[in-house]
Amino acid sequence: MSVEASSKRDPGAGARAGVQKQIQLPFRVVWAISIKSIRIRLMRSLITASGIFLGIAFFSSVRTVGLFPVGLDAEAIAAANRQKWLAIMALLVCAVGITNAMLMSITERFKEIGTMKCLGALDKFIVMLFFIEASLMGVIASALGWVAGWLVTVGAHLFSGGGKDLTLNFGFRSLGEMVLSVVLGTAITLIAAIPTARNAAKMQAVVALRSEI
Amino acid sequence: MAANEYVVRAKGLTKEYRMGEEVITALNGVDIDIKRGEYISIMGPSGSGKSTLFNAIGGMDRPDTGSVFINDVDMAQLDARELAYLRCHTIGYIFQSYNLIQVMTALENVTLPTVFAGAPSDEGIERAIEMLNIVGLGHRLHNRPSQLSGGQQQRVAIARALVNNPAIILADEPTANLDLKTGEEIIQLLRKLNEDHGVTIISATHDLKMLNVSDRIVWIRDGRIAKIEERADIEINIGEMEGH
Repeated sequence: MSVEASSKRDPGAGARAGVQKQIQLPFRVVWAISIKSIRIRLMRSLITASGIFLGIAFFSSVRTVGLFPVGLDAEAIAAANRQKWLAIMALLVCAVGITNAMLMSITERFKEIGTMKCLGALDKFIVMLFFIEASLMGVIASALGWVAGWLVTVGAHLFSGGGKDLTLNFGFRSLGEMVLSVVLGTAITLIAAIPTARNAAKMQAVVALRSEI
Repeated sequence: MAANEYVVRAKGLTKEYRMGEEVITALNGVDIDIKRGEYISIMGPSGSGKSTLFNAIGGMDRPDTGSVFINDVDMAQLDARELAYLRCHTIGYIFQSYNLIQVMTALENVTLPTVFAGAPSDEGIERAIEMLNIVGLGHRLHNRPSQLSGGQQQRVAIARALVNNPAIILADEPTANLDLKTGEEIIQLLRKLNEDHGVTIISATHDLKMLNVSDRIVWIRDGRIAKIEERADIEINIGEMEGH
């Protein structure tokens, strides 16, 4: 299998050894490329991120309403049950929204993926690139979405005279909700993004290049 | 030495596609040897198997049977990382629709292959600027593809293909989206790079303007090589045509 390296200085002489392996880019290089990739398509990234943001904001607002104390009569218990269903529905809507946003944002870059493969990108690099982009967007948009949903809900509650419900206990439970929202938001984002990116990376370059959006 | 004379050798390539019930034979036993430093055009109507042959040579698609050797290395034997190395260092790709990354500037597009090759960033940028100067776009370094004309975009793509100093440039219909004059300029540029840098150019095309500059022309029909013409023969033909 081995091929002697030619000593003659001509194009491709460095590559004459033929069966060398492509280097794997160090994490900080892939990280830098991901950050740049988000920044240079800022508008597109914001639209994708707003899908995550809105989903989590909805989920957060439903969950925050559930944190306020309710009475113990039959009507209040029924309301609390409705609240649970609402939270599940909110999570589903949010999952569909995020999945849709991530699928679109990767699918429209199939051609770019094919081009990068032709320029020597490894499949692993492509998956890592989308992993970092999706994680960053997932974490930031979920955190902001949670804050927005929480602020709106708490604001509305204060406005209707519920100031006494904002106890220390409420604060702690809110922080717990925040962790839950960010973990769920990021997880859904990655579950939507990674299989799509992996499929795209595994495609024969010619198939990825042929895709038209 | 024989090992060095041919940069690409293809043996007994076949490829079939399934379209519903029908099986379409895109390649039906193609053998071709391409010499180092040659400018070769693969000509043929669409559906002739031209693109399939081209993609097989470029490692973008695998043939069903037969082998492609690049610098005497059988492509089918390569693992993913070796194939990526080959694409990065040995082969430069040019496409009909340029395939520049739209959100990146000309300079960033040309620098990208040097990043994949692991070059330090200042060295990569320096080489990219040098390449953009060679293709005559030294003054448009920071323009995005959308701010460049088709001919300029193709020049950026050529600079990008050359930046890692490959042995082979594969050009897939490089002039198909360009007007007559711009297409001619791109062809002359490719020819010049072929002469100055000794890079082997393999072009799939049905642009007859390519005939004048090609060392050899491979005519593909129905998945087979119909004929291979040397430039000397063509010049005689053109001479005859002009004589009448």
